[in-house]
Amino acid sequence: MPAIAVAAALALGAIMMLLLGANPVSGYGALLSGAFGGPDELADTALRAMPLMLVGVGICIAFRAGVINIGGEGQIILGAIFSTVVALAVPDLPKIILVPLVLLAGAVGGGFWGAIPGALKAYAGVNEILSTIMLNIIAAQFLSFLLQDLLIEKGENGIKIQQTERLSENSHLPLLPGGTRLHLGVLVAIGIAVLGYFLLFRSARGLRLRSVGHNPDASRYAGMAVKKSIVEALAFSGACSGIGGAVLVFGSTSHRLIAEGGASGFTQSAGFNGIVAALFGGLHPIYTVFSSFLFGGMLTGGVELQRQEQIPAALVVALNGLIVIFVVSSLKLQKRLATRLEKEAAS
Amino acid sequence: MSEFFTTTVIIATLASMIRFAAPFLLAALGETIGQRAGVLNLGVEGVMLLGAYAAYYVTLNSGSALSGVLVALLIGAAMGVVYSVVTLVFHAAQGISGIGVFLFGLGFTDLLFQKQVGTPISIDRPAEFSIPLLGSIPWIGEIFFQHSPLVFLAFALVPAVSWMINSTTFGLNIRAVGETPEAADTLGVKVNLIRAAAIIIGNSFAGLAGAALVLNTGIFQQNLTSGQGFIAIALVYFGAWRAFGAMGGALLFGLVSAIVTQWKTLGIVEGSTSALAAMLPAILTIVVLVLVSRRIGAPAALTRPFDRAS
Repeated sequence: MPAIAVAAALALGAIMMLLLGANPVSGYGALLSGAFGGPDELADTALRAMPLMLVGVGICIAFRAGVINIGGEGQIILGAIFSTVVALAVPDLPKIILVPLVLLAGAVGGGFWGAIPGALKAYAGVNEILSTIMLNIIAAQFLSFLLQDLLIEKGENGIKIQQTERLSENSHLPLLPGGTRLHLGVLVAIGIAVLGYFLLFRSARGLRLRSVGHNPDASRYAGMAVKKSIVEALAFSGACSGIGGAVLVFGSTSHRLIAEGGASGFTQSAGFNGIVAALFGGLHPIYTVFSSFLFGGMLTGGVELQRQEQIPAALVVALNGLIVIFVVSSLKLQKRLATRLEKEAAS
Repeated sequence: MSEFFTTTVIIATLASMIRFAAPFLLAALGETIGQRAGVLNLGVEGVMLLGAYAAYYVTLNSGSALSGVLVALLIGAAMGVVYSVVTLVFHAAQGISGIGVFLFGLGFTDLLFQKQVGTPISIDRPAEFSIPLLGSIPWIGEIFFQHSPLVFLAFALVPAVSWMINSTTFGLNIRAVGETPEAADTLGVKVNLIRAAAIIIGNSFAGLAGAALVLNTGIFQQNLTSGQGFIAIALVYFGAWRAFGAMGGALLFGLVSAIVTQWKTLGIVEGSTSALAAMLPAILTIVVLVLVSRRIGAPAALTRPFDRAS
């Protein structure tokens, strides 16, 4: 059923292209070839998918536990800030230590930023949707402040660009063999997805999180720590996004933390697009890896769409919105269809 | 700091508080109506963007701000119809489908702006209208009674919405379907019809809020709203689901925005610190949510879809 929903969204996208004076067939063709047309395109797609996977796995954990985490953007930013500070503080550590350390720092930063709305929801009853959105705004402004002030590259009296100095060579994520831009971050993202799967579906903690998400009252009655579960779910969710922030910085070609074009330039809006990927992956960490690859492809293909058909890549953002709307709208139909089929099978 | 505390500057700041409050207020009033009917609309931000772009584009090409505002209103209403279908017919999860509306509005307006306009051209802001007599009162007149018509409309809607919710049959039905839809249904109230009406009115207001925003800035840009629609949703909680409460919240946020802008202009806060100051409205929202969340209950059936069969 989600496949039909996506088809409907893509059909609307085709209409938009027509109205903007482009041929939808060549438009989607450009999108496809830009996304999956060759080894370099595939590598770029995997790199765009990497933060979506990390955010998406976090979304799986949060949504399964019944908390809606819209704060991926802020958690990515905090992860990036924490890991950057670590790399600036101890630049001379050997690579084998520094790389895991910056990833860990990213997880801590994002986890911290996720635990805040978790605690606010658990202990003060604050709606987590609103608090995570506000924390996104706060994080973006805080990043902008840091990059104009405390963390700005110290240089000669020139134009001040909002960026840090080039981070230590020892902190860069190593490239994978094959001659593409693929780096360790992609493997980290897939690894986190596997860990997320084991956490959610193969551990006692995951059982608790999911049962709290399914029915908080019954879980409380059964003696489960509901409040603690809410904080944990958002902290884990934030930690995944925070690692996303770290791999975006240390896997970037510039190897700096940059706020050029606003915070969304550096996060690639993965905090939102990761939600789309997770929903499409049925809130299952492993399927989310594949759906992230699909949506990563749309994002890289969007660039090609812009180049060949003069359709701004923003079309992809609009399409993602439509896909979310159509997919969540299709869920009830799916349920109805399933019950009808069951009845028919029984009779 | 002393340059801030002069009569002229303070009056100008308070006047811009009213101007900044108008988009928050329109969006929050619309969201209040929807939530009283039991529907959470997280897409306000997206609808505001669509309304803002529509108002900008139409005003730019027709030269008439009025047509721009009307088109923004219609776009809002149309999005209301869409959201009604999504939430009432398909029972889509309201917290998530709203994010879809937001992403759609964000991407679609950016797309249209790049394709149709390209280089940012500013539109003439509508002339400020001074209310006869009241507008000529010293200080007070300048703060409260010399604004563009849309700002006056926003504040005039506060008592109107309050009256509608509390004193009309329609308002009674709205509250009924927001609290106990099943009971309302047994009394013959068409639950989903009332909810659809509330959603459409609410989204129209969000469209107007976008128009108010773009007519105040005079220019459209990608992500013009930058979170204001989301803040407006928080204001509904802040205002305890009441129109006058929403107004109080909108004024508070208008004041914070006005002071931050004024300080930036005067150079009291500079460069990097202004980014810190820009965090204030969001921090304030969280503090406010902490203070009000446990005290006042939301409409009992908020986000709960209604289906006769079940």
